[in-house]
Amino acid sequence: MQLALLILMPLLGALLPAVRRHDPVVRLAVLAALPALASLMLLLSLLPQVLAGETLLWTREWVPTLGLSVSLRLDGLAWLFATLITGIGCLIILYARFYFAGKSTAGRFYTLILLFMAAMLGIVLSENLLVMLVFWELTSLVSFLLIGFSWDKRGARRGARMSLVITAGGGLALLAGIVLLGQVVGSYQLTDVLAAGDEIRAHAQYPLILSLILLGAFTKSAQFPFHLWLPHAMAAPTPVSAYLHSATMVKAGLFLMARLHPALADTELWFTLVTITGMLTLMVGAFVAMFMHDIKGLLAYSTVSHLGLITLLLGLGTPMALAAALFHLVCHALFKAPLFMMAGYVDQATGSRDMQQINGLWRYMPALMVLTAIPAAAMAGLPLMSGYLSKKMLFVESLQVSSPDWATLVIPVWVTLAGLFSVAYSIRIFHNVFFNGKPVELPIYPPKKISNSALSPLFLLAAATLAVGLAPQLAYQWLVQPAVSAANGLPLPPYDFSQLGARLPLLMGIVALIGGLLFYMARNPLFAIHARLPEVDAKEIFEWLMQRCIRFSQHQVYGLENGSLQRYLALLLGTAVVMGFWATEGFRDWQGSIALQPLDAMTLLGGLILCGAAFGVAIFHHQRLPALLLLGVTGLFVTLTFARFSAPDLALTQLSVEVMAVVIMMLALSFLPQQSPSESRWPRVSRDLIIAGVAGLGVALFAFAILTRPMESISSFFLANSVSGGGGTNVVNVILVDFRGFDTLGEITVLGIAAVAVFAFTRDLHLKERAVPIADENWVAEPHPIILSMVARLVLPIAFLVSAYIFLRGHNLPGGGFIAGLVTAVALTLQYMAGGLAWAQSRMVMQFRPLIGAGLLVALFTGLASWVFGYPFLTSAFGYVHWPLIGKFELASALVFDLGVYLTVVGATLLILANLGKLMTVAGPGKEIG
Amino acid sequence: MIAAVIPIALTLFAIGVLLNLYRLAKGPDITDRILALDTLMINSIALIVLADIQMQLGIIFEAALLIALMGFVGTVAMTKYLLRGDVIE
Repeated sequence: MQLALLILMPLLGALLPAVRRHDPVVRLAVLAALPALASLMLLLSLLPQVLAGETLLWTREWVPTLGLSVSLRLDGLAWLFATLITGIGCLIILYARFYFAGKSTAGRFYTLILLFMAAMLGIVLSENLLVMLVFWELTSLVSFLLIGFSWDKRGARRGARMSLVITAGGGLALLAGIVLLGQVVGSYQLTDVLAAGDEIRAHAQYPLILSLILLGAFTKSAQFPFHLWLPHAMAAPTPVSAYLHSATMVKAGLFLMARLHPALADTELWFTLVTITGMLTLMVGAFVAMFMHDIKGLLAYSTVSHLGLITLLLGLGTPMALAAALFHLVCHALFKAPLFMMAGYVDQATGSRDMQQINGLWRYMPALMVLTAIPAAAMAGLPLMSGYLSKKMLFVESLQVSSPDWATLVIPVWVTLAGLFSVAYSIRIFHNVFFNGKPVELPIYPPKKISNSALSPLFLLAAATLAVGLAPQLAYQWLVQPAVSAANGLPLPPYDFSQLGARLPLLMGIVALIGGLLFYMARNPLFAIHARLPEVDAKEIFEWLMQRCIRFSQHQVYGLENGSLQRYLALLLGTAVVMGFWATEGFRDWQGSIALQPLDAMTLLGGLILCGAAFGVAIFHHQRLPALLLLGVTGLFVTLTFARFSAPDLALTQLSVEVMAVVIMMLALSFLPQQSPSESRWPRVSRDLIIAGVAGLGVALFAFAILTRPMESISSFFLANSVSGGGGTNVVNVILVDFRGFDTLGEITVLGIAAVAVFAFTRDLHLKERAVPIADENWVAEPHPIILSMVARLVLPIAFLVSAYIFLRGHNLPGGGFIAGLVTAVALTLQYMAGGLAWAQSRMVMQFRPLIGAGLLVALFTGLASWVFGYPFLTSAFGYVHWPLIGKFELASALVFDLGVYLTVVGATLLILANLGKLMTVAGPGKEIG
Repeated sequence: MIAAVIPIALTLFAIGVLLNLYRLAKGPDITDRILALDTLMINSIALIVLADIQMQLGIIFEAALLIALMGFVGTVAMTKYLLRGDVIE
């Protein structure tokens, strides 16, 4: 549980700054620091157990059938990373308190940074690989938000998008790799995976698994050629850069490589892939960093270079190389964070980050200069500093490489050269910012003062850097040794720091130092040469690529989905026809064993009329009003068909829907021309005719084949259980409100949403101009004829009576809430037509949206009420009471549910109708209809 | 007696329905067509009631009731559209 708390505290703590985002920055910083500090303290309290070599595990089942359990693990390696994450996180929170002083966005920053901290902790503490993947993606998403923090700036948006595409894309590769890995091992638990190293390496899919997982790690850790996102992520506020891009996010990939070391490493392929990638990244980063004029840009590329260095060490595969990698990782986090903080302060104080402008700041901020000197010296690898030791460790390890042949010579030379560059850019960032003459055209001059308290996080980090440099044994013993032991599963011997003084590494160090110094002194001619080189902006290339991708997919999508409904129908029906032919090939016995019923004249006539009217609609569809009339005929005859074949519920529903549909279509018709133009030529018309004809005949044939066969359906169950289970003799209604009550609840919810959507769409829409102002011989000046108004008023109470009747008897005889609701809605619609929108609306007791909500709540609470009595959701209860005069009367909870249906139907129908009616009405009701 | 009368009545109303449809198809005016549909509704009421008596169901009378109550609302909407070019104003 302690392990879960480690993640939960920052995760839940992220809510605090979000809720109190209007508080002053100081209070927000305290709020954010509390959960971070708590996690850090908890980690420190667990240190004795970790030092003793224990692996703490915590598991809770999640989806056992998928092998998913939320299981966490804390061993030396996880502890090292978790401590870095929370420790540096606390300092960043402190730093942001000064950085965001007086800005209103601090709350958002603190929320996101805590979320990010929780996600990072999740990665390093996960025992289950799938759970780790979830946190992995979470870091990608949160970092997207953090990089795009200043979303009103174009650079921030583009940088955020780029990092998301690259890191989330890598996350997908990682997902594939982990799933494969899990299949090979048969478990996603880290303990099992780490124990199955030999099995994995011997497996045929090992190269694929390794490549996919490394792809995920490389993209996250900004390895060449995926390093591009990291410099562009510098658009983020400096605290974000300091935290994500030096201490945490990019370290996730390194963590993954260290974590899966026993399972994947120690093969030729691992060595080749990881070492070469590391070498390339190391060199590219170090070289480009030297030519960056932007302080943050320089730091970003130097981060890239250091990540490459650590990757290179991880690739070597020996326990000592792993130890050197982790040692350097700690050093890097400690010296890179203060350098970023310095960049942020300089940026705020001078308004610029360009090192061609910023010079000679030692006069203005001497304390900052001293505090920068220490991490910069560590980055350069000067003696007594932490970086000196880690760089020497690198040199020593590079000399240990014995195979393959090319590597024995290339790697030592290579790392010396990269060391040379790193000395050069370290000198540059320190010398250029604080010395090198006077400031040139600074936007803010003289630079603003920095308070001493604002320097406290830098002070702490610089002190830590010094401490590691002075007492490396201690840092090694407490931090690195348990981590390496945990990562490898083997105890690691103590490191002999005296061997660093050997001749060859010392020589390499001196070459790098002097070479770097010379390189820096020759910088001006080199800059001139560099400036003449053609400029390659990775962001532009990336954007171009993205645009191409988007255009390509747009082209594909719109090529198929061109907005033509005819085409969609033709494709759908055509596919159905082809599949139907294919499926029924060779099938001859269309008529089943059941004898045909005798045909009576009336049914035949009705069928013919129905067909004729349907054809008529298709033929006359250009003339909209006559087509609508013919549609009315089909509707009516469908109703009659339902009545003829004893489906009274269907008949009633069809009838009420039909009336409502005609009114709404007439409303729509007022916006449309009287006639639709003829757009299709005869080849297309005949094509459509053939497809539609074949599809229609096919459906008829299938219906015929099925209806003439004996078929067992579930209707007998409903018929048998309707009275005993639902207390009603009307099976249709009992199904709706009882057996399938949950479906109905979903359906009325959809209905309510649809109505509210119509309301939202038409809210600010006004179409005062009629599509076709007709003023023919039928035209009258009187909008509301008095006879109509009077008749309409008479109809209303009768309709209510009928509604109530249909509603109440619905459980036992044809009817129910849905039909009753439609009857009520039709009667009220009539009032709108006869009396006018304003007249009718002013007489409505309540708005329609509350009515819909009330209906949904009534239905929902009827369902929930059964919980109170200990039954499953929507269990219905019923009983019989005897009322004087009326007699035996049934009371069922389903009736209350049906009331909810009724209210929703009335509200939704009228909401749609009145808002459509409002569109063209000049004299509106004066207020919103809703 | 009833058994003999019902088919005759049904036939007569069916003829009425056919005549309605003829008027609906022929027109000549849109008002003729609207009225034809309205009359068709009324004839359907009779058909439903007669069919119910003939089949001795007793449960589809409500359909006739609903047509009687609401059948004319569609007609009102169409007429309103013809007279004013708008249904709800």
